[in-house]
Amino acid sequence: MEQNMENKFVFDSKIKMILYGMIAVGLIALLVGLFSEGVVESRFWANLLLNNFYFLALALGGTFFVAVHEMGESGWQTSIQRVPEAMGRFIPFAGVLMLITFLFGIHHLYHWTDTAHHDEILAGKAPYLNTTFFYIRFAIYFAGWSILSYYLRKASIDMDSDADIKYYKKQRILSSVFVVFFAITSSTSAWDWLMSIDAHWFSTLYGWYIFSGLLVSTIAMIILILIFLRNQGYMSHVNKEHLHDLGKYLFAFSILWMYLWFSQYLLIWYSNIPEETVYFVERVNNHSTIFYVNLVMNFVLPFLVLMTRNSKRMIGVTGVVALIVFAGHWVDYFLAIMPGVVGENTKVGFFEIGLTIGYIGLFLFIVFLGLSKASLIPKNHPFYKESLDYHTNY
Amino acid sequence: MKEITKYISAYYLDEEDLLSGIKKMQENNVKVLDAFTPFPVHGLDKVLGIRRSWLPRVGFIGGTIGALTGFFFQMWVFTEGYQMNIGGKPLLAIPSFIPVTFESAVLFAAFSMVFAFLFRSRLGLGAENKIYDVKSTDNHFVVVAGYEENKSDDVKEKMEAAGATIIEVKE
Repeated sequence: MEQNMENKFVFDSKIKMILYGMIAVGLIALLVGLFSEGVVESRFWANLLLNNFYFLALALGGTFFVAVHEMGESGWQTSIQRVPEAMGRFIPFAGVLMLITFLFGIHHLYHWTDTAHHDEILAGKAPYLNTTFFYIRFAIYFAGWSILSYYLRKASIDMDSDADIKYYKKQRILSSVFVVFFAITSSTSAWDWLMSIDAHWFSTLYGWYIFSGLLVSTIAMIILILIFLRNQGYMSHVNKEHLHDLGKYLFAFSILWMYLWFSQYLLIWYSNIPEETVYFVERVNNHSTIFYVNLVMNFVLPFLVLMTRNSKRMIGVTGVVALIVFAGHWVDYFLAIMPGVVGENTKVGFFEIGLTIGYIGLFLFIVFLGLSKASLIPKNHPFYKESLDYHTNY
Repeated sequence: MKEITKYISAYYLDEEDLLSGIKKMQENNVKVLDAFTPFPVHGLDKVLGIRRSWLPRVGFIGGTIGALTGFFFQMWVFTEGYQMNIGGKPLLAIPSFIPVTFESAVLFAAFSMVFAFLFRSRLGLGAENKIYDVKSTDNHFVVVAGYEENKSDDVKEKMEAAGATIIEVKE
């Protein structure tokens, strides 16, 4: 498109107003949560944790997406790379919000922080699960993630003004460091923030299960942002071939998520040990609707709809599935957090939905701000030409 | 329309030349029947107008049959055929059936696709494979067009214009 020769996203006031509106809805929901009698404290903090974690996962997933493809020298994704790069900008913001959540709400979220009552099992886990070490890990995670994703994006943007291979080499090194760091921290952070809610329960697969959800929700978010940008007249170089590959990712990672979900479920169901089954007994008995809806949204629908080649190549179909998967993984985290923290008081009301809308607004605001600061085309990237010529056969 | 028994073929040494050559021939109204290459050439199917393979559909049908077979066979075995109490689980223990269901879906899909491919391509044990020209198994990319007595010089000329290195007529 000729009018976008500059290839920078113009963050105009119309989009800004919509996002401000969404953030305002979130703030109203926050006030409702704070002062309404109906929202108990545990429900308030659990929802903050849920949204913090979900949008942090999307931001981390964006950086992870870039890092993995840089390491794998993949050519097809270079032309869309600016979107996941911009998503990575949300990491430090999520860190601040997360810190506030933990500073004030940690006792409502994690019952292991209560050391006054002696508990044999928790005493055994105390070397890892104690508040001091919890905050130390928190600092390490966010320092590592923020710094690496910042410099990864910076190297990519520096390449635009200065066509030097050294930036590409720098990207490769940063990507490798990030992937190694993330391999460990993605698991440990999932233990810290989600698995330790049910502190007596543990599953060795949990980190991987959360990680697979992170991957598929990130792909869904990238697809949605790309479709939005294309509708606004940007990214005309992104065509069906790129969409097809993202659709394949969405399809494949939905299966991966289901595979890990089921691997965890099958082993626990089969061995039938009370201290392990307690996790699923609570969810199947008391939250059965959400339990099954989760599986349908995140596996059955994407699996059946995206199976054929044509549906992956149709923007409308892939977009709708991406939207469902995006909502589906919110439900997945909801199911992971709520039964342990809120228990019987779990509800989905204005507070939950409003807060999520606020977070979507904030997340997109930061992503679009990032997109508007740099060209949408990494024109000096060694694989840029390859990305434009890309064709996918199957 | 009488059956074509004679063919005229153009030879290329490079796949890029082959693709642009075919496009040029088609522009000049030469009816390109087929192309033989030493390795799969990206974009050749599109240029020749070959429809997408129906093998994925065979795979889907095979996979569905496999999944159903695997599931209902286990169901029959554990509830009717050979009832056995395993770890106090119910006889119809659906979660434990899923791995086998999945594997049999994969197995049936793979086999159905392999045999459908062999059948369609007339391959398999004892099959006699006609090779149009052994050169196409080495380093030549061959484009084949139908041969007609009165038009052959015209076609040859057009093939030459399309950058072919050798042009031959074959029975």
